[in-house]
Amino acid sequence: MNIEPVIRIQNGDFDSAAEVAAMTAGRYDIGAVVTFTGLCRDECGKLSALELEHYPGMAEAEIGRICREAAERWLLQAITVVHRHGRIEPGENIVLVATASPHRHAAFEAASFVMDFLKSNAPFWKKEHDAQGRAGGWVDAKDSDEAALERWKR
Amino acid sequence: MTKLIYFAWVRERIGKPSEEVELPAEVKTVRDLLGWLKGRGEEYEEALRFPEAIRVAINQEHVKHGTAIAGAREIGLFPPMTGG
Repeated sequence: MNIEPVIRIQNGDFDSAAEVAAMTAGRYDIGAVVTFTGLCRDECGKLSALELEHYPGMAEAEIGRICREAAERWLLQAITVVHRHGRIEPGENIVLVATASPHRHAAFEAASFVMDFLKSNAPFWKKEHDAQGRAGGWVDAKDSDEAALERWKR
Repeated sequence: MTKLIYFAWVRERIGKPSEEVELPAEVKTVRDLLGWLKGRGEEYEEALRFPEAIRVAINQEHVKHGTAIAGAREIGLFPPMTGG
């Protein structure tokens, strides 16, 4: 289906409800909206903030490619992805994926697919700041994230 | 000239976010580029010690290490991604 994904990479916070409202405004054909919100964890008090670096231009382009692939696999009426960069503290939002479809199955699957590919393929990197506020190491990529892509193979 | 652009610990270890380079004719693939860069100094050697771990994008699209770099305007080098 030919839809134009809404993709924003921004420093500031987002409002999931407002994003969904914008996605569904004036439409009477949408039957299901699924939203996924990723938040910053404090890792049991060990982490005071994450610093997210991204590749400007490529981040938008890559998320666009992932969204278009999702729209080819499932009947989607809208997709919104918002990803933050810069300093993010525990409890704050990091990423939003919202998908709209006539039926729930496509909306759930597409949101999951977009998140799985975003994790491994969208050019973002997280650096941890410890409880004392010192910049620590870069977060390592997890094999489990790479393995999550396997289930979408066809 | 080709623009090389570095991110995360690749950027920190090399010590700069980007640079313009004149690539020698024998540097034909991404793998050749990683090998050539490694020989440019200690900081490159440190950043690219495990070249197979480095992810590469040509003109802002992911590529494999066997990909030819002819026609590349911008080549990004970075660690595996950890967004989301």
